[in-house]
Amino acid sequence: MGYFWTILTLVVALGLSWRFLGGYMVGVFEGRIRFLSFIERPIYRLLGTSPDREQSWKRYAGSVVIFSGLSFALTYAILRLQGSLPLNPQHFGAVGPGLSWNTASSFVTNTNWQNYGGEETLSYLSQMCALTVQQFVTPAVGIGAALVIIRGFTKKSSPTVGNFWVDITRALLYVLLPIAVVAGIIFVGQGAVQTLSGPVHIHNALNGVSQTIALGPTGFMEVIKQLGTNGGGFFNANSAHPFENPTPLTNWLSIYLLLLIPVCLTYVFGKMVGSIRQGVAILTAMVILFGAWTAIATVAEHQPNPAVQQAGLLHQPTGNTVGKEVRFGVPSSALFGIASTQTSTGSANSAYDSFSPVGGGALLTGMMIGEVTPGGVGSGLYTILIYAILAVFIGGLMVGRTPEYLGKKIQATEVKLAGLGTLIMPMTVLILTGIAVSLHAGRAGPLNSGPHGFSEILYALTSQGNNNGSAFGGLTGNTTFYNVIGGIDMLIGRFGILIPAIALGGVLAAKNVVAAGAGTFRTDNPMFVGLLIGVIIIVGGLTFFPAVSLGPVVEQLSHGKFF
Amino acid sequence: MLTQLRRSAVMVIICLVLFGLAYPLLGVGLSQAFFKGQANGSITANGSNLIGQDWSQTKCPGHLPGSCVFQGRPDNLGPYSDTGKYKGDNPAGHPGDDPLVANGAAGESGATNLGPRSQELVTYTKHLNEYWHARGVNPTSDLVTTSGSGIDPDITPQDATAEIPMVARATGVSSAQLQSLITREAQGRQLGFLGSPFVNVLQLNEGLAKLEHP
Repeated sequence: MGYFWTILTLVVALGLSWRFLGGYMVGVFEGRIRFLSFIERPIYRLLGTSPDREQSWKRYAGSVVIFSGLSFALTYAILRLQGSLPLNPQHFGAVGPGLSWNTASSFVTNTNWQNYGGEETLSYLSQMCALTVQQFVTPAVGIGAALVIIRGFTKKSSPTVGNFWVDITRALLYVLLPIAVVAGIIFVGQGAVQTLSGPVHIHNALNGVSQTIALGPTGFMEVIKQLGTNGGGFFNANSAHPFENPTPLTNWLSIYLLLLIPVCLTYVFGKMVGSIRQGVAILTAMVILFGAWTAIATVAEHQPNPAVQQAGLLHQPTGNTVGKEVRFGVPSSALFGIASTQTSTGSANSAYDSFSPVGGGALLTGMMIGEVTPGGVGSGLYTILIYAILAVFIGGLMVGRTPEYLGKKIQATEVKLAGLGTLIMPMTVLILTGIAVSLHAGRAGPLNSGPHGFSEILYALTSQGNNNGSAFGGLTGNTTFYNVIGGIDMLIGRFGILIPAIALGGVLAAKNVVAAGAGTFRTDNPMFVGLLIGVIIIVGGLTFFPAVSLGPVVEQLSHGKFF
Repeated sequence: MLTQLRRSAVMVIICLVLFGLAYPLLGVGLSQAFFKGQANGSITANGSNLIGQDWSQTKCPGHLPGSCVFQGRPDNLGPYSDTGKYKGDNPAGHPGDDPLVANGAAGESGATNLGPRSQELVTYTKHLNEYWHARGVNPTSDLVTTSGSGIDPDITPQDATAEIPMVARATGVSSAQLQSLITREAQGRQLGFLGSPFVNVLQLNEGLAKLEHP
């Protein structure tokens, strides 16, 4: 019953936010809401730009790449120099080059994969200046790219697609920062820590235990981690750690925050293209897939754990409790897992590696379908719009109607870019997984043996290729091999889709609008929603099915066998 | 190109100052002003209410160690088991920590990450089962499984009830009194529907100490 109310309250809260935060975001990005212009204007002056000056898609993409490149350099430098920088009460030394490369790639691509051990590796300064900064900046870049593709549909014969600097400044100041401050205070009130003093030592006279308890500026990092669909935690245990996610309320808020902006962006899309129904169609496809996956994971995690059963505990009324926190319970852990893997957040309030084969498989396949349900901040919307363009094209071909989407003719260039945007990720993930299982360095990684060990490798490369960041944590990822290929995987997974998306926006913006006629394929009705879901599942399903069948499927079918 | 480079550099610095310094420091200021206790780890006389501790080594004269207190969930590959391979250390490649140094300089938080068909998980769960049976406890699944953080401070009221026979025998406090202590300390679902009901093991044992030495 508690679970029913958890889901119902989430749906209601997200529904209200969809309408109101969505409406607010439209106002912000159209430049009508300007109450923070006293901070905005000096920033534009320092940058030497103004909201009236728009860029071509090539300049926009160039800005993204150069800005991300410099962010990468700074993040890498801070990690390498950590030992000589201030705010390091535990006196941690420099982070090694392999781990710094991986972590910098991870945070600059909004992946936030954790090969680092949180409280054991990173100083407070690194957490703040290397990680938290990127947790703000990368979702803003994602929103920028989503705005470009939206403008592709709204602009007519336009050589420009907007101004990158203005888009990210507004996303940062008006959307991310205020929500994060409010949520941060709630998190700290519930028990998340937020301090600059070092670890505390305690001694308990009742049991004779002495403990060293790591603290840090955690709570405020935690909320932007969820809101920006980042997922990189302050502590090694991520959102399972009581200082990151202390109570069931913060757990609920975490799920709400990580779904918030991706869901609201469908309203922004609908409103900006002039038909909210178009946004509703996209949102409906997202909700249906999300709901199906949540149901699968919830049922799967309520089954008893076979290994615990084998050890003699036949009666497990609460389901699979391995790797799950008591305060959240099994169903909320399953819901959190699905929300975090389908939004490209990748935070974890339980050990995904210990999920049942079907539950863990639901997490894995949620990422494989491209994280579009609802996907990461910005990246979810632009990726599903790429799918929508493919759906329109395929649907148009099937019924012999003109492939148009929102009045824009879908022609060879658009389909090529959309194809690129949907194929780069599966190709990268599958090739790198193939390499990892062929090399000794790759096979040395998994903790579990048998098909589950293969799942650990596949999960790691899928997660990084999709900029998710969650893990089957048993894999020893902090090795030269995994650090290097993981970094490559994340950079291709981010920029290999982001740049085609911006290009698509530019190409669409340059086109004129054709008036809708009797032959136009409708993109705001149930038929289109069904087609879009079909395209998403076929692209994700067919490309990954062989790989998934070697991992979770074999594991599920191996009755009575232990590895 | 040069303009882009200059703009990027300026923006990187602006973001560093705003989000790397101003934002977390504002957070520290607000948190220390309004929620000082929580912001510093919810530390009480005997530890943090949010960080689990190892109760299995508590000295209980005349009884097995740890029998005279309520115990939390096991940590990292069964440190409660006498044959636990990783007892007391944290080998590289095994995320997770030892509760004795929970979350401190000698260990990271984290889970065991053993899969649902792991032979190792079968072995460790068997050891934990034996551990509880030796203390006259018929364990629930939480009591033989590790958590996600490795420092879960809570157990469910059912888990606590399962431990009553052990605690009653070692302390002499009656089962009925222990049951009412659990009922008193148990927290329901937050706001009536969130999460699952739990008992904080530290608070439970503080309550137990008061029963023994009123």
